[in-house]
Amino acid sequence: MADEAQTGVRYRRRIASIAVQVGLIVLIGGLVYAAAYNAAHNLARAHIASGFGFWNNTAGFDISQTLIPYSAAASTFGRAFWVGLLNTLLVAAIGIVLATVLGFAVGIARLSRNWLVARLAAGYVEVIRNVPLLLQLLFWYNAVLKSLPEVQGSVALPGGGFLNNRGLFLPRPEFASGFSAVLAAFLAGVFAVIVLRLWARRRQERTGAEIHMFWPALALLCALPIIAAAVTGAPLTFSPLHMGRFNVRGGIEILPEFAALTLALTTYTAAFIAEVVRAGVLSVSAGQTEAAQALGLRSGATLRLVIVPQAMRVIIPPLTSQYLNLIKNSSLAVAIGYPDLVQVFAGTVLNITGQAVEVVAITMAVYLAISLFASALMNLYARTTSVVEH
Amino acid sequence: MAAVSDEPFAYVRRLPAERLPPPLAPTGALGWLRANLFSSPANIALTLLCVLFIAWAIPPLVRFFLIDAVWSGADREACLATPEHPAVGACWAFVRVWFSYFVYGFYPAGQRWRVDLFFIALAFGIVWLLRLSAPRRDLGALYFFVVLPVLSFVLLHGAPPIGLAVVPTALWGGMLVTVIVATVGIVFSLPLGILLALGRRSDLPVVRLLSVIFIEFVRGVPLITVLFMASVMLPLFVPDRLAPDKLVRALVGVAMFASAYMAEVVRGGLAAVPRGQYEAARALGFTYWRMTGLVILPQALRVTLPNIVNTFIGLFKDTTLVFVVGIFDFLRTIEAARADPHWGAPTTPITGYAFAALFYFVCCYGMSRYARSVEARLARAGRR
Repeated sequence: MADEAQTGVRYRRRIASIAVQVGLIVLIGGLVYAAAYNAAHNLARAHIASGFGFWNNTAGFDISQTLIPYSAAASTFGRAFWVGLLNTLLVAAIGIVLATVLGFAVGIARLSRNWLVARLAAGYVEVIRNVPLLLQLLFWYNAVLKSLPEVQGSVALPGGGFLNNRGLFLPRPEFASGFSAVLAAFLAGVFAVIVLRLWARRRQERTGAEIHMFWPALALLCALPIIAAAVTGAPLTFSPLHMGRFNVRGGIEILPEFAALTLALTTYTAAFIAEVVRAGVLSVSAGQTEAAQALGLRSGATLRLVIVPQAMRVIIPPLTSQYLNLIKNSSLAVAIGYPDLVQVFAGTVLNITGQAVEVVAITMAVYLAISLFASALMNLYARTTSVVEH
Repeated sequence: MAAVSDEPFAYVRRLPAERLPPPLAPTGALGWLRANLFSSPANIALTLLCVLFIAWAIPPLVRFFLIDAVWSGADREACLATPEHPAVGACWAFVRVWFSYFVYGFYPAGQRWRVDLFFIALAFGIVWLLRLSAPRRDLGALYFFVVLPVLSFVLLHGAPPIGLAVVPTALWGGMLVTVIVATVGIVFSLPLGILLALGRRSDLPVVRLLSVIFIEFVRGVPLITVLFMASVMLPLFVPDRLAPDKLVRALVGVAMFASAYMAEVVRGGLAAVPRGQYEAARALGFTYWRMTGLVILPQALRVTLPNIVNTFIGLFKDTTLVFVVGIFDFLRTIEAARADPHWGAPTTPITGYAFAALFYFVCCYGMSRYARSVEARLARAGRR
């Protein structure tokens, strides 16, 4: 009889749970249907086309920074999408590299035994983290870069560059035929360092004698290309810039929008990376350091062989999510007019075509794909580096 | 070794060892300086570098923002460099003149007491909810999540039957809008986030799947695209006569975005509740909702309160993005005022941004101090 009551309760639970789920599906399905119905109705009334046909239509608008050939008259909306996406990826890639360097430096400085260094780093982190990124971006763009001198009064930089409120202008490198020899010498240097490293490691495993690699490696990497350059005779020259009345021509142009976005993303993300690094290093227990010292490792070797490998396991996952944040935050470009994916596609293309649903969906899909790809990589990493507990 | 073995093994000290000088004082101001700033040559060099940096950076900043600053004036003339005053600092006169615009936007001057009343009611709710020693915090939650939203709507939007004229949201602006966006974000995202977090841990596969899809989708895209979606797609999805107001659209976007992040924070708290608590509640015959409401959530939310506050700090900073869809939040009012030709002096942008940075810093830093103090208190409670 108790069994019967049990099955009764279970049976009723099961029915209830199925009812809840079916109800939820019907509710969501109904909402989606109503939204689609309304959208179709509203779009038809506003005479807006639907579907992805616009992709191959001529764009007809200019973009200030294009990494691939693009022209307003001949290129399509699809081309504009790729231009925007590449601009997003460019600013994200440069931002990630710089933010990592700055973030690690600040994070380690926060742990410094020097009180002043630690306080300065902590002050940096607190100020940057507690002020909105958009405000910092506007500050860099409007208050710093836009208040640089006009073209006429450009600041001349060492090496022939110019800095003014239209951007940073650098001379364009000209590669002579001998440059490939220099490149080959550099690659040979890299190869030699790898071989040397393998040999040193094997020797250390056999004899226990440690060979310091830093100076020989540096010498190989620098000396070979320099020798090659000397032999072939200055294969790399820089073409001088032409100073026009309203602009500087004939060089590499770095837009102030790009510079402001890179600066803001770098300094902002670096503050968060610094906290990640600090937490990672602190997560390695003091016993590890003491044990390493007891084994006779010097402080450099302790850091390199004991602390860093363990800290990195803690650092990498939140570091990845900071990288993703940086990529997502690069969409703030729209506020200062840097032609990233959001500004070009979800801004200009959306305004021209009026096809909100398709354009926003494509834009979101791009970011979503990047996020999912990164978290898949992260899961893989977590699986391969997880410590087997005994 | 050989040299030692020739000697007799026993060694007896006959005389007291020579006295060593006392160690340099390890305590006191001097000892502290020695240990923290001058412990090694490298450290001394670092300290000197830092001192040089501070000496280079701080005096110009102080001079710009305080000593050379212009504190009063009627227009840009006051903030321009003149032969008598070649060094002109921050243009605080600009902030003074525009201050009420920064706080209220275009809210009608005669009705601004309603905004002040709203700020007071909100501050009261926040203090009640966040002071861990406040009485009846359950009533506080009821006030904050139910009474306050209704009260605020009536106060700010207006209700003709009781004599409050309607103020359309297009006139709202400044800190008022920033605070509203942030408050609406928290008021909606916390309950929704809790539901989503519970959904993600649910036994029902459909509920779990829907929660995961929503959370991962929203967390995978930038807030700007969510705001774009809310502002351009939402009007398409509803019948024409229900098309929501511009501010409401942005609020929907922010609430959606925040609830996905809140869900992940709450999920962390739920995971921290030991399994035994679930089992004990089940053994006492609690239903799912009674177990969740009376046993699990109170513990989970307590543990996760610092993280909730940290998420809220992020939300507060993110409110600036409503700027992009044309809402006049605090930052947007600064931008608008900055563009006014009457105040177009070289120092105006920096002054405006400095004022905005100060506002955001004070709010966010205050909240993060609070989160840290709660964390410390929880750590003490955990050690018992």
